Amino acid sequence: MTNKELKKIANDIRKGIVTAVFHAKSGHPGGSLSAADILTYLYFEEMNVDPAEPKKADRDRFVLSKGHIAPGLYSTLAHREFFPVEDLKTLRHVGSYLQGHPDMKHIPGVDMSSGSLGQGLSAAVGMALAGKMDQKDYRVYCMCGDGEIQEGQIWEAAMKAGHLGLDNLCVIVDNNGLQIDGNVADVCSPYPIADKFKAFNFDVIEIDGHDFDQIRGAFTAAKDNKGKPTCIVAKTHKGQGVSFMTDQAGWHGKAPNEEEYKIAMADLEKAGEE
Amino acid sequence: MPEMKKIATRESYGEALAELGREHENLVVLDADLAGATKTGTFKKVFPERHIDCGIAEANMMGIAAGLSTCGKVPFASTFAMFAAGRAYEQVRNSIGYPHLNVKIGATHAGISVGEDGATHQCNEDIALMRTIPGMVVINPCDDTEAKAAVKAAYEYEGPVYLRFGRLAIPVLNDPETYKFEIGKGIVMREGTDVTIVATGLCVGNSLEAAEKLAEQGISAEVINIHTIKPLDEELIIASARKTGKVVTVEEHSVIGGLGSAVCDALCAAYPAPVLKIGVNDTFGESGPAKDLLVKYGLDADSIAAKVKGYLS
Repeated sequence: MTNKELKKIANDIRKGIVTAVFHAKSGHPGGSLSAADILTYLYFEEMNVDPAEPKKADRDRFVLSKGHIAPGLYSTLAHREFFPVEDLKTLRHVGSYLQGHPDMKHIPGVDMSSGSLGQGLSAAVGMALAGKMDQKDYRVYCMCGDGEIQEGQIWEAAMKAGHLGLDNLCVIVDNNGLQIDGNVADVCSPYPIADKFKAFNFDVIEIDGHDFDQIRGAFTAAKDNKGKPTCIVAKTHKGQGVSFMTDQAGWHGKAPNEEEYKIAMADLEKAGEE
Repeated sequence: MPEMKKIATRESYGEALAELGREHENLVVLDADLAGATKTGTFKKVFPERHIDCGIAEANMMGIAAGLSTCGKVPFASTFAMFAAGRAYEQVRNSIGYPHLNVKIGATHAGISVGEDGATHQCNEDIALMRTIPGMVVINPCDDTEAKAAVKAAYEYEGPVYLRFGRLAIPVLNDPETYKFEIGKGIVMREGTDVTIVATGLCVGNSLEAAEKLAEQGISAEVINIHTIKPLDEELIIASARKTGKVVTVEEHSVIGGLGSAVCDALCAAYPAPVLKIGVNDTFGESGPAKDLLVKYGLDADSIAAKVKGYLS
């Protein structure tokens, strides 16, 4: 796909995010929007997945360790035709299969239940290890938040992944710089992120997480990387694509009201025309 | 009575894994730097390529087990009960229990019979913690024969299972030639009419011995072995309670939230009989030889017999 095509899909996914969170009257738009370009690239360009057969054994796996950006994952899966885009409006509603955090038991295309921060990377390590044990060539992708990596379990998992040299594992840190209580650097600094993963025997690539050339380059390099897991530290903007949400910690876990929803959708409509 | 052969159920765990590993290539074993103590080392000797030592990182081990299970492996994640149910509680709940993954948790060194290591390593809360997780099967075998059968049954069952094993060598009560294990089915070890003793784990043997002593004093005690605390064999317990009218529970676990609580939960709706809960009272353990601790904490045969007798009079 061309960058232009990917951008258009990412924009549609962002509309789905805003729509889902608006109808849920709660949820996490900020981090969903920051991750949207990478999620788009993974599901529309990079990963071997089949919406007709979501559980096929040789598929690539994705674990959303920062599970609260479920709207981002769901909108991506819906646009990739794992389930109807219309269903995004049922997010967080009683009886809907679209739970507030990813639920692998009920949502087509979700490879791991997640949401309690720090736990997804361990599961991804297990998946990658199973692939190595069975000599399968599927790859495992895991997205973490830059606030999430304050959790100690992330580093337990990183230590084991580095120790095992799981080169079929690619961790993406969505480095939007903000967490609920403010700037990650002020709350409990995870920096320098790249050096930390390097110290755990990862190959680290730092990119602009909204630039499709850089995203493409990083995932291609990760695939060619042998003997070590890869960590892509993606510098992103929380709330990317929606003017009043951009770089605002306040939009970590808040739904837009009707007026804000209209502005957000107008922003995205405009971006779609460019 | 001839001295019975004694084996710690952690030994049974290691041996059962090695045996099952021969039949099932998808069985993998995880440990957290305790392979020598949990006895998964027995499996490791035969299948080193299927033994994953996660290092001292139990939370991560549970997550790796979860991930492996989504790819068709049947992982047995092994560590001490304190760290399996305690340290990694939330990982077990959210990464294994919530998605109902096919992960088996082999928790050794449960209860005060850990002995000399003392309170920090004596987990008297694991049954309570694990049985509150929806869909979790909780098994606490009473001897070598039952422990081996439980490991096999856990493998064959599709879903999360918590297996509780001990460090202390305990008598082999069941004959492996005739013994039948079924998840969720209690076993009447001895019939009686005056009181129902519901026991689990190493307390089954001690309760049987207590029943002998009670018989000498003219008290007829029925002893039920509840190896599966969840799902609980409510039918068997209620039927026995209806017959005897009085129930005693015996467990090497806190009296809060374990077998005693599970039995009370079952009885309170169907047949509210009086229940005496024998277990570790609301206290931490301490260092000492396991046998001495069992006496001090009232879980040996003499203590159980005395408590039952006092309860009935």
